[in-house]
Amino acid sequence: MSRLDVRKTYKLYIGGKFPRSESGRSYEVVSATGEFLANAAMGSRKDVRDAVVAARAALPGWSGATAYNRGQVLYRVAEVLEGRRAQFVDEVAASEGLTARAAGAVVDAAIDRVVWYSGWTDKIAQVLGNLNPVAGPFFNVSAPEPTGVVGVLAPQASSLLGLVSVVAPVIASGNTAVVVSSAARPLPAVTFSEVLATSDVPGGVVNIVTAQTAEVATWLAAHRDVNAIDLTGVAGAEGVDWAALEAEAAGNLKRVYRPALADGAPVEPDWNADPGLGRIRAFVETKTVWHPKGL
Amino acid sequence: MPKFEYAPAPESRAIVTIEKSYGLFIDGAFTRPKATFPTVNPADETVLAEVSQAGPKDVDKAVAAARRAYEGVWGRMSGAERGKYLFRIARILQERAREFAVLETLDNGKPIKETRDVDVPVAAAHFFYHAGWADKLEYAGLSASGADVPRPHGVVGQVIPWNFPLLMLAWKIAPALATGNTVVLKPAETTPLSALLFAEVCQQAELPAGVVNIITGDGRTGQALVEHPDVDKIAFTGSTDVGKAIARSIAGTSKKATLELGGKAANIVFDDAPLDQAVEGIVNGIFFNQGQVCCAGSRLLVQENVHDQVVAKLKRRLGTLRVGDPMDKNSDLGAINSRAQLDRITSLVEAGVAEGAERWSPECTLPTKGYWFPPTVLTGVSQTHRVATEEIFGPVLSVLTFRTPQEAVAKANNSAYGLSAGVWTEKGSRILWMADQLKAGVVWANTFNRFDPTSPFGGYKESGYGREGGRHGLEAYVTTAPSTLTGAAR
Repeated sequence: MSRLDVRKTYKLYIGGKFPRSESGRSYEVVSATGEFLANAAMGSRKDVRDAVVAARAALPGWSGATAYNRGQVLYRVAEVLEGRRAQFVDEVAASEGLTARAAGAVVDAAIDRVVWYSGWTDKIAQVLGNLNPVAGPFFNVSAPEPTGVVGVLAPQASSLLGLVSVVAPVIASGNTAVVVSSAARPLPAVTFSEVLATSDVPGGVVNIVTAQTAEVATWLAAHRDVNAIDLTGVAGAEGVDWAALEAEAAGNLKRVYRPALADGAPVEPDWNADPGLGRIRAFVETKTVWHPKGL
Repeated sequence: MPKFEYAPAPESRAIVTIEKSYGLFIDGAFTRPKATFPTVNPADETVLAEVSQAGPKDVDKAVAAARRAYEGVWGRMSGAERGKYLFRIARILQERAREFAVLETLDNGKPIKETRDVDVPVAAAHFFYHAGWADKLEYAGLSASGADVPRPHGVVGQVIPWNFPLLMLAWKIAPALATGNTVVLKPAETTPLSALLFAEVCQQAELPAGVVNIITGDGRTGQALVEHPDVDKIAFTGSTDVGKAIARSIAGTSKKATLELGGKAANIVFDDAPLDQAVEGIVNGIFFNQGQVCCAGSRLLVQENVHDQVVAKLKRRLGTLRVGDPMDKNSDLGAINSRAQLDRITSLVEAGVAEGAERWSPECTLPTKGYWFPPTVLTGVSQTHRVATEEIFGPVLSVLTFRTPQEAVAKANNSAYGLSAGVWTEKGSRILWMADQLKAGVVWANTFNRFDPTSPFGGYKESGYGREGGRHGLEAYVTTAPSTLTGAAR
């Protein structure tokens, strides 16, 4: 007699815990070929708001951690990802309709991407900051600091490589994140949250809400306690008007990372391209400190 | 304390020629004045000149001229040549410094010693600084990756406020031109004259026509410029409300924006600070430019055990400030820029008193004509008072207290704004800890209101986004990656 397998319940990840949606809702997630994969929690406005509270609470600790420490933690994420490689290969293959070989390449790239960003944490201030030679007897230094709580609409198509490519640059500099996962391909994101939970990433630093993007994105864009929003995930999201989201974001002058565009329409970037510094730069604030020099 | 008497020391206004009326500066030449409105001297309410209200068609013409100049000349010119034009402009500003200082004081109402010692020389310094960048942009570390050469956006629409008319012009135009953009700039409705004189400087420097266009007018002109479809980037300094409206209006477009908006800076004085120096810093923080400064230290947070001492010293010092004729070289405070601003200051101070703050001003005789407000201290202010949360933009200091550094940080950061902050203490480790904790783009420790072209300026939160000045300020005027392929910050 064959053994009945134990299925996983795919839940939200908020404040380091794995709650179901407060709404009690879930939705069917199917594979690229239409087969049932799982019931994922369908996050609500309230879940997003809870995630913002968790992200705000985690901010002082994470932004105040040493850059070296953040690098260590991110590297640990890569280690744990590597340890779960087989699981991710299966989930990415099912979600994105890839062969095992192609999915393997995606997972490898995702792991390497996290390693790349883990090495950035203690270089950001050196590359983006500097002394300023002001015309007077003053010490004057400019350095980047995290913007704060960042809302991230994760890419719809690239369920793991795209996800880590938008989350890692946000948290590398010390921001905390509220991530809305790919609506149709949320399973790798949920498994990634298990990686985060077992990688010394403090609870609340990354919060992942599986949801219908169109339903919750507006609340995230309009939330007054969110400092910035990454709109990458509007590409391919049904019923999402990114102009309206950007307009909502103006309510408290959020920093906005706009989607890539082709012929004026949002498209998902090529996640295999050199990520560059753009995403790190977009979510830092330059602070300049002056002090007189004298005897 | 004896009060020294000063003989009048008026600067001569003969050095500057003000035309009766001005047109718009478009494509290298002035248009014929039309639909004019007056610009007045806020110190005595006399009309200085008539300037033109630019309508939508004028905005079209200015943007078209800037586009032609970008595509035909400026965008193709080598960085070295662009830089030489900027050096020329810097030199002419220095040569004509006295003229600019007098004109600025007449149009703005600020004391001549400030225009002479700050506004004009720092404006020239901005052109010098950015002139040198023009052919060195690939060294500025702006590339997203690899060795992409930063590219200009194209046509930049710039809207500036009335508090530092020439200096804000320099902050806007110098980096835009250095990076290869062309400009349409709208000065504030109440202070257009120094920008119009700057247009003359562009002519003297033989800057190619259309590289800089100056259009005057009120908010409608600014809105038409911001919403113009052929403008690639907006640079705005002004109120947070207008900044939000701009952010909304460019939503869903490929227009870029930098916004330098309001502030409500905390100036934090610890009990170990050198109090006499701190008092000078408090005075400079809030009474420089009549407090009409977005980064003004308008909230004094003083440690409770030295509150009485600091307030007493402050009042004694304010008794020696000289308020009066801005053209007098001895004046410390001049006029408020406009009737509207005076009304706003007056009503906010009245609201503060109604909410329970105690109002104090030194004895001073204010001129009977013009827009004047005495230096004012509000004590007994609590965090929820409007005078502790709203930007007054006038010579009004709200005094609050704290007991611990943690409380000082919590109160300082308890603001929708995050432009600047001040810290006064002799303890170095505490300065650095405070500087880390304060959510402000500029932190002045044991000093206040210092500005330099090499030093980035700009805020957190609702004080806007982007930086001006320094290497960081260049970022706002270039694209460094094919953003259509990767997405990009706004």
